[in-house]
Amino acid sequence: MTDAKKRVTVIVMAIMVVAGVIVSFFLGQFDITVKELGGIIISQFTDIKPFWTSQQEHIFLTVRLPRILVACLVGTALSTAGCVYQGVFENPMAAPDFLGASSGAALGAAFAIIMGMGDWMITVMAFIFSLATIWLVYIIGNRTRGNKTVGLVLAGLMVSALAQAGTSFIKLVADQTNELPEITYWLMGSLTGITMNDVLFSGVVILIGIIPLVLLRWKINVLTVGEQEATTMGIHVSRVRLVSLVCATLVTAAAVSVSGMIGWVGLVVPHFCRKIVGNNYRYLLPASIFTGAFFLLMVDNISRNLFAVEIPIGILTAIIGAPFFIYLITKGGESA
Amino acid sequence: MISVKNLKFSYGNHEVLKGISFDAHPGELLCILGHNGAGKSTLFKCMLGLLKGYSGNIEIDGIDMSTMKPREKAMHVAYIPQATKPAFAYNVMDMVLMGTTSQLNGVGSPGADERRVATEALTKMGIEHLSNRDYTKISGGEQQMVLIARALAQGAKILVMDEPTSSLDYGNQMRVQKQLRQLVSEGYTIIQSTHNPEQTYVFADRIICIKDGVVHREGKPEAVMDEQLIRDMYNIDVEMIESEDHKVRFFELKDM
Repeated sequence: MTDAKKRVTVIVMAIMVVAGVIVSFFLGQFDITVKELGGIIISQFTDIKPFWTSQQEHIFLTVRLPRILVACLVGTALSTAGCVYQGVFENPMAAPDFLGASSGAALGAAFAIIMGMGDWMITVMAFIFSLATIWLVYIIGNRTRGNKTVGLVLAGLMVSALAQAGTSFIKLVADQTNELPEITYWLMGSLTGITMNDVLFSGVVILIGIIPLVLLRWKINVLTVGEQEATTMGIHVSRVRLVSLVCATLVTAAAVSVSGMIGWVGLVVPHFCRKIVGNNYRYLLPASIFTGAFFLLMVDNISRNLFAVEIPIGILTAIIGAPFFIYLITKGGESA
Repeated sequence: MISVKNLKFSYGNHEVLKGISFDAHPGELLCILGHNGAGKSTLFKCMLGLLKGYSGNIEIDGIDMSTMKPREKAMHVAYIPQATKPAFAYNVMDMVLMGTTSQLNGVGSPGADERRVATEALTKMGIEHLSNRDYTKISGGEQQMVLIARALAQGAKILVMDEPTSSLDYGNQMRVQKQLRQLVSEGYTIIQSTHNPEQTYVFADRIICIKDGVVHREGKPEAVMDEQLIRDMYNIDVEMIESEDHKVRFFELKDM
């Protein structure tokens, strides 16, 4: 694929997100027509006489809209983080869940909940624990003998196991009437009960994290050829790596703090994009940003519409992600 | 001109380089010979700014390299590694464009100017037809040519190569060496380490032999490359055979 075609592909992906969002406005238990939706949106800016029910307006503005936006934001965050981790660690197996960033964030959040901290602090603690986990995994992964790819994945597994043990212990000592349900609910990975405040909060943090990554995306390419070669090509490796890791972890933590643990997105979406636009981060990173949003939005539409009872989204991403990953490692060839 | 002055480096208590000095000039192909573990790679890492904490000086046109930023170093010295399999497959053009990173300001991506530089480098190496190919799916010799093109795109005039041809077949070794001679005639300085004294005799302008962390012998191939050197460097007993036109020298193992 030529660079011009890659650029067009990325633009098409962006258009698909917008189209996906618009279609999702109409999906759900409460019916809403195009005209009614238009009216509700216009009424936010000017006074017009309602020809829709107040229930429709309430459902759209406080349930459906925030949920759609958060699905996009979380999908973008996880796939962008995975995409960046893969480059920075020179490792196709890197992803927020595999590196322990998600379980670290979960431990931080659980800790914040039993300490009685507020929403803001839950996210801050999720971020700090997530960053500490990634750092630990990186240090251990570098010290393993033999294959570094395997070493990093094993280190991720071990540190995740430790973080999960910590979370289990916190659940054990948590107050059974209010803290335990909050932690359990949080860990399940779900987009229900999202408010517009969640959208604003995660949106701002994810945007702050993604902007430097988009700007640095060419340099992330150079990091993938290895620390020494990148240094001789004039890259300040430790600085670019630190900024990339902090930003990727920040967006992971922001996503996990509003949605709980949603697996597989960070591994599978970047690899899907690699198949389509190639490995150059100039196109790969924007492609991951848009495809991540589109993917999680579609999965969430299935999760809330397909069956009478809502299926937690984390279950669905695993059902879609794991087989796709098996396809990648068997048929996918060596570019994975 | 790059000057190495009394360079010393230790890994912990183990002193690898014990005071190495030499110069390399524009239009010169310098070969560094030495047995495994003699410190060739350590020397190169110091010259490329990958190892810090050495004593002594490395200067480029009189400027101390340790005072340069990574970007400034990259503009003077380029590294051509052995072709290895990268974690992710890039096409050849993207690989060569990576060399232009030091010329980019701040956080940008390569644009039309950088593409022109990269295309020129590919053309110079005679591989512009590979531009859109997947780097991991071309031959080892072609990959080595791409890495040389990447170094040219970097704009540095001093090229450092760690055993550039050791993993290539005979034909590719010769093709790469021929290209390197061409670059030297254009004014590049090439410093390469090698394990093949006979090849060195044919291609090098000057040879520097490193033994026990110091420069053991240094000079033009015809002056340095003899039985005594092979004995000193590799601890084997050989007999030298020279062609009548003095263009090639071979070493034959004694007692065979």
